[in-house]
Amino acid sequence: MINSSLKQLGNMLHAKKISSVELTQTFLDRIQQYNPNINAYISLDESKALAQAKAADARIAAGNVVPLTGIPIAQKDIFCAKGWQTTCGSKMLTNFIAPYDAHIITQFDTVGAVNLGKTNMDEFAMGSSNETSYFGGVKNPWSLDRVPGGSSGGSAAAVAARLCAAATGTDTGGSIRQPASLCGFTGLKPTYGTVSRYGMIAFASSLDQAGPMAKSAEDCALMMNVMAGFDERDSTSLNREKEDYTRDLYSSNSAKPLQGLKVGLPKEYFSEGLDASVGKVIEAAIAEYKKLGAEIVDISLPNTGLSIPVYYVLAPAEASSNLSRYDGVRYGHRAAEYTDLMDMYNKSRAEGFGAEVKRRILIGTYVLSAGYYDAYYLKAQQIRRLIAQDFVEAFKKCDVIMGPAAPSTAFKAGEKVDDPVAMYLQDIYTISTNLAGLPGMSIPAGFALSDDGVSLPVGLQIIGNYFDEARMLNVAHQYQQVTDWHTRMPAGLE
Amino acid sequence: MALSIEDIKKVAHLARIEVSESDAAATLTKLTGILSLIEQMQAVDTTGIEPMSHSQDLSQRLRDDIVTKTNLREEFQKNAPALGNGSVEPAVVDGLYLVPKVIE
Repeated sequence: MINSSLKQLGNMLHAKKISSVELTQTFLDRIQQYNPNINAYISLDESKALAQAKAADARIAAGNVVPLTGIPIAQKDIFCAKGWQTTCGSKMLTNFIAPYDAHIITQFDTVGAVNLGKTNMDEFAMGSSNETSYFGGVKNPWSLDRVPGGSSGGSAAAVAARLCAAATGTDTGGSIRQPASLCGFTGLKPTYGTVSRYGMIAFASSLDQAGPMAKSAEDCALMMNVMAGFDERDSTSLNREKEDYTRDLYSSNSAKPLQGLKVGLPKEYFSEGLDASVGKVIEAAIAEYKKLGAEIVDISLPNTGLSIPVYYVLAPAEASSNLSRYDGVRYGHRAAEYTDLMDMYNKSRAEGFGAEVKRRILIGTYVLSAGYYDAYYLKAQQIRRLIAQDFVEAFKKCDVIMGPAAPSTAFKAGEKVDDPVAMYLQDIYTISTNLAGLPGMSIPAGFALSDDGVSLPVGLQIIGNYFDEARMLNVAHQYQQVTDWHTRMPAGLE
Repeated sequence: MALSIEDIKKVAHLARIEVSESDAAATLTKLTGILSLIEQMQAVDTTGIEPMSHSQDLSQRLRDDIVTKTNLREEFQKNAPALGNGSVEPAVVDGLYLVPKVIE
């Protein structure tokens, strides 16, 4: 049951072979058993979750059923959920009880999904290993001495360890796709503006985008049907027709269901910096796509290398502005001792933020400060356009772009924590899609052996053109019809 | 552009984050590393390129000038921090937030 797809679970619930209370209890029991070690969740509230499950069962009994009714979902702790502790992984918000629901929380409530709990994350979503969380690191279920990736590391571990049926995440520079790669499941960052950011704690507003983290492409499509859609409370939410993200998923009798699909391989994604063991797995996945009928096209995204410098100007600049709201006055941490107002600000922020968050606020403040604006912020915005333009050119030659989602498999906890620049390079293949605002996903493509002989998951990244999520999901779905990587589970968690 | 300890202190002041002497030195090392990464941008000729602030061409939506929000002051004030300086009481009185005196 824990390995069932959302569709299968839905069918079981609708046919009353199982109740939502039973299903929710199954996951709560697993969380109780495994979470103390994995640390995927920051807060749990069994009585709230079971009350939602009971309401879902009543709804099912009344015949008022839609996909995801009664399905237990884990929510990244970046989403405000009324009455729930909502920390964003920070000491700053340890005592913050959200007074309202984020848009996506309302959406999940509306379909009768169950909120299992709030998942661990890098502090304010700043990190690629979940090690910046005030609530401690998260263990990768495939190898407990390794990181799950980040920033959505708790949701990632919860999906991989089957401590939820599916989860939500957010992706500012790779925070859904890199952990999906490191933990071996399917994660989608939609086109910027597709999912409302209302009630989602802001990091870098021009890049932040929420998306699903689940076992398969089909599961992600069902999650997208709930999460996506116009919301007037987010000024960047795009007013478009509601889409059915499952519409392109099909079962084909043809041996070549993807006949005619042009897959672009950017040479910059297969050069220096990519682990050879990861490269091999990606090549095998591409070979499988050829068998499915895809045509391979060589492309170039020449400004890929600049995406990291540009990101580490723009994201900290936006963060330094967004995080100025944490001043110890109305909510969040306030220092216990202070002399005057300025001292209260300085101490509350020094104590409430962790080291990486402070670094990024300082970088952001520096690049926006008098005399440096043109050299850093404006320059970065200009190169951002060059990066976006690379994709416009590439999509003239292909339908989707494929490559690795991360340059390596999961690394050991502590390995990169003292070297911010090495950590930042984890997102070399994911950041440029955020800068361009394009959709990207990572799907399980196999396993690579680490130096110490551990078999670890590898993710294949699929990047699509704007609003092409439905096609990307089918491209992933067809691969998942002929491979079983996405059904594999870490040992010892059965 | 090489950063100095003085730069760190100035930026920390602008960002309203207290940085001790020993933290400032460690921060200097880390930020210098990040800035040298950022410096790669300077090699690119960006003459005449329009800056891109956002991936979508957006304009602000207008709405009717009517009240759409309900008053949640009491709900919001439940999250008020402890007053501090010896008091663990919430930093609110009569619906107002308490901060140190700023006007003599």
